[in-house]
Amino acid sequence: MRALCWEGAGALAVRQVPDPELRNAHDMIVRVRRSVTCGGDLPLLAGRVPEAAAGEVLGHEFLGEVVEVGPEVRRHRVTDRVVVGAAVACGACWFCRQGLLACCDNGTSGTAAEPEWGQPAAGCYGRPARLGGFAGGHAEFVRVPYADVGAFAVPEEVDDDRAVFAADAAPAGWHGAELGGVAPGDVVAVWGAGAVGQLTAAAAVAHGAARVIVVDEHDDRLRMAARHTGAEPLDHRSVDVLAELRERSGGRGPDVCVDAAGPPPGPARWPGGGPDGGAALREAVHACRKGGTVVVLGGGSAFVDRFPLGAVTDKGLAVRGGSRAGPRAIPALLDRMARGELVTEHLATHRLPLDRGADGYALFRDRADGCVRAVFTP
Amino acid sequence: MARTGRLVGALTRTARDAVAAARRRRARAGTDPRPARWQVVTVTGRPEQVLPAGRWPEPLRRLDGAVEVWARPAPGGRGTELAVRPLGGRTALPGFAAHLVGDDPGRFLRQVLRETRQLLETGEVLRADRSPPDRPGAAR
Repeated sequence: MRALCWEGAGALAVRQVPDPELRNAHDMIVRVRRSVTCGGDLPLLAGRVPEAAAGEVLGHEFLGEVVEVGPEVRRHRVTDRVVVGAAVACGACWFCRQGLLACCDNGTSGTAAEPEWGQPAAGCYGRPARLGGFAGGHAEFVRVPYADVGAFAVPEEVDDDRAVFAADAAPAGWHGAELGGVAPGDVVAVWGAGAVGQLTAAAAVAHGAARVIVVDEHDDRLRMAARHTGAEPLDHRSVDVLAELRERSGGRGPDVCVDAAGPPPGPARWPGGGPDGGAALREAVHACRKGGTVVVLGGGSAFVDRFPLGAVTDKGLAVRGGSRAGPRAIPALLDRMARGELVTEHLATHRLPLDRGADGYALFRDRADGCVRAVFTP
Repeated sequence: MARTGRLVGALTRTARDAVAAARRRRARAGTDPRPARWQVVTVTGRPEQVLPAGRWPEPLRRLDGAVEVWARPAPGGRGTELAVRPLGGRTALPGFAAHLVGDDPGRFLRQVLRETRQLLETGEVLRADRSPPDRPGAAR
């Protein structure tokens, strides 16, 4: 089959690779219909993931049709149209039973799955062995482990272009609002107006926030966020963000601040020298009201220095993080999509055949031509 | 005074190095008397389900004779704490296990415990996809 493979720092190519196979009884094979770029791929693309091997198939946000199921799969049949969550989780361990599927104990295996800074969490498609070694969805076919836990039938009235965002971007945004405990009447500030930032803003509105403010430096993204979520745009190039946020929250500061700006900078991530993940986090900590909550979304953060710990302790902030949402919210999000309450297809600013996957990632990486997300069709 | 301090420092370093060297020799000979650290995981289920009739689950069972095991209820109804450590000191894993783990049995045992937990909780050990170098006939 054809698949978009990482070839080394900055290099992607569509190659012929062997078709996936059922390797566990809970697996199924999906013929991919749509897959999406994600900012979480950029550190790998830039060569900042040392354990990555040339030939890895990228992509952890995808949707497709079931073509083969393992003997223990109960909820899916061949020909089902499914969206697959980015996190590979068992659904049976203590963490999964608490609803913490992104913290699954059994989503990876092998000694490579022991990260140096802590315990192994859920696996992820299109990532090296530390996250399970599961091939990604930028391909004609993909193997889906624990299929009954991570894959969900798509309602007939939701088309592929909308539903594919239920794989990860929309759950990440929902997760951000939930982690922040967004409640009716809250003022919420979101750093980053990419797909996850916009969907965090939409989730905050859905949770009843009175005012949602999105901070970014790209006019087109800010306009899109305002048009589709009702959020107030703040261009940090032209305003004093902290002063604006104080003013727009009655001098208190936002109740919930979400850093959805993505991983810290790298040579390919921020070619224009824009704000990095650490800068957004620091600003969020300084902006947040006393006793408020700061949420950090996105993987690949690794280490961020100059963290304003004094502001956290003096203001009594809660800081919460999540690199992957887990699939728990996907059914409810698909229902919202079916009712027209969650619209996502505008985020697919570029639709390309899989064979042009490298071009799509270049557009996405460089924010060129107003690219928010590139969607591929095999 | 400074000379005396330097001398004490040198003697301390010499003694510490000698102890460390003896410890390394004992470790190489498999006779290090210090007990190895317990490796522990928490598994869903009661102890009698994790170790039914005292019988060790797979793949832990394959290490019978090389490790010791205990299980006890985890607090808060979180299941069972299952622990394992090598018998007879730090490098006592025999044969193939020793070949696999070199001088870090802890890493190997953590992996065995993770697989044991996966088998107990999901019924199988999760397998990765074939890595790029392992793919048969991959056309590049």
